[in-house]
Amino acid sequence: MAFRLVWENVKFRPVRTLLSILLIAVPVMLILTLEGLSQGFFEDSARRAKGVGADILFRPSGTTLLGSPGGAPLPARVVDKLATQPHVVATTGVAMQLIGGGFDSVTGIDPASFTRLSGPFVFLEGHGLEKPTDILFDEDYANQRHVHTGQTVKVLNQDWTVVGIVESGKLAHLYVLLPKLQDLMSAPDKVSQVYIKLDNPANTKLVMDQLKAKFVGYPVYSMADILSYYQVSNIPLLQGFIDAVLGMGLFFGFFVVALSMYMAVLQRTREIGILKSMGASKAFVMGIILSEAFALGLGGTIVGIAFSFVTRWVMHLIMPASLPQAIVVAWWPIGGAVAMGAALLGALYPGMIAVRQDPIEALAYE
Amino acid sequence: MSSEAPIIRVRGLRKIYRSGAVSVEALRGVDLDVPAGEFLSIVGPSGSGKSTLFHIIGGLTPPSAGEVIVAGRNVSAVGDAGRTELRRRDVSFVFQKFNLLPNLTARDNIRTALYISGLPSDRFDPAFETILDLLGISGRLDHKPSEMSGGEQQRVAIARALATRPTILLADEPTGNLDSKNSLAVLEILRDLNLRLKQTILMITHNADAAAFGHRIMHMSDGRIVETPS
Repeated sequence: MAFRLVWENVKFRPVRTLLSILLIAVPVMLILTLEGLSQGFFEDSARRAKGVGADILFRPSGTTLLGSPGGAPLPARVVDKLATQPHVVATTGVAMQLIGGGFDSVTGIDPASFTRLSGPFVFLEGHGLEKPTDILFDEDYANQRHVHTGQTVKVLNQDWTVVGIVESGKLAHLYVLLPKLQDLMSAPDKVSQVYIKLDNPANTKLVMDQLKAKFVGYPVYSMADILSYYQVSNIPLLQGFIDAVLGMGLFFGFFVVALSMYMAVLQRTREIGILKSMGASKAFVMGIILSEAFALGLGGTIVGIAFSFVTRWVMHLIMPASLPQAIVVAWWPIGGAVAMGAALLGALYPGMIAVRQDPIEALAYE
Repeated sequence: MSSEAPIIRVRGLRKIYRSGAVSVEALRGVDLDVPAGEFLSIVGPSGSGKSTLFHIIGGLTPPSAGEVIVAGRNVSAVGDAGRTELRRRDVSFVFQKFNLLPNLTARDNIRTALYISGLPSDRFDPAFETILDLLGISGRLDHKPSEMSGGEQQRVAIARALATRPTILLADEPTGNLDSKNSLAVLEILRDLNLRLKQTILMITHNADAAAFGHRIMHMSDGRIVETPS
């Protein structure tokens, strides 16, 4: 019967209920979208890093795994030197330059050595890099920019001819010839990082130890390390940002529900008086108010989750390459806990008002 | 009317309402005995204290002084929880404005009262079905208050009040919002319930004709009982 009472109360003022649910859904959606974008970005990065086909990544000294190498500080001869190490069967150096406000990058490759590691590109349109002004787009970025072969695009203040569209999943979204990018970066004969392929992945640790001993101060990572490093928790700033959004969600949800339930308690003053006249205890009245808040929080959670699918669809429609959004099911309970927690906290004060209402005054309320 | 010990016993009852520096003495020493099974009408002008007496007997507000024993409970000695328990177990109200929960059907209004009282609320027992027939609302149970006439709403309110088998039914101007035809019907129902079920009823009214349905009429003025003809 208590469930029916709560359900009928929620149904009785559908506009208020709907607005409350929508407002609670907004922070849930924000939390899930932000986490989804972070996870999506990392999953996409991990997928593309894996697509290189390397076993080890060699980076310039003073850099971290998830930080940008900051230009191309590694001498290109290091690539050849690394190729002569025991168990190493192929190496390729790449230069990387951020574009688009840091969301994307263009990667300079040596097509021959790159193909030795990752295998040949799968062309959906066109052909490989031949001239210095040629550029390859992966399919995601081509869809995002609505680009086809033969078109001229401006990247790094240069005009490039799109000569091919390739299947995504190999390191980058945009590829140009390494010497051209080195030239644009004013870093001739230098690379940003080197990918190394071994004769047997089982030798990874052995080779990493050798490289660390021989190239002191240069960070060396296995691809397994890289994949495991692509986690939100490994970026303190991002984690802090997500925590801030969680806090905002809690704060926002709290006020939405507090206002909604406060209005509900005012609107139902007489009904609370009726319940009290029938012998409803303080706990019963508080239970009804909190149950309603729980229902609003639950509704907000479900709608917020649904909204996160909508934002993913919109992101995929607008920026499939730059803003890949994952649906992170593991975060649904967290979004739900924020919504429910905020809803229940928000209902406490209105609940206290309801509990303290004098039944005679409540019954006289018009 | 029963000749057993009174189901309501009031002695030296006083009630003072305070608002800032202003005090209003609503009851100024009321003594009252109501035997079980009596239908008592309380009449008096506005401000005479009849509603305050009604609220104290019903456990809606505590007395300032005096002794009030209702169905064996010393209302003057219990706190808010004790008065809540009194409302849950021993007294039920019928109000002038019906006071049905507007979002629930008649059936659910009655079920809510049963649920709050801790009684089975899934279905009504045969005895209560008979009361619903007597009230003439068996066919209206799945309607919401907004879909009923005033007379029907008041009959649902009476059914809801009786569902928990209260020791005392307190009716506050039960015909105040009804036309003469419906007023008569409600008063006849109350008298019928009193006769058939030996239901103790206290009814507040302004209407002398309505008051005449009771076994006894008690007049109040200025917070005192001024006349209690037998």
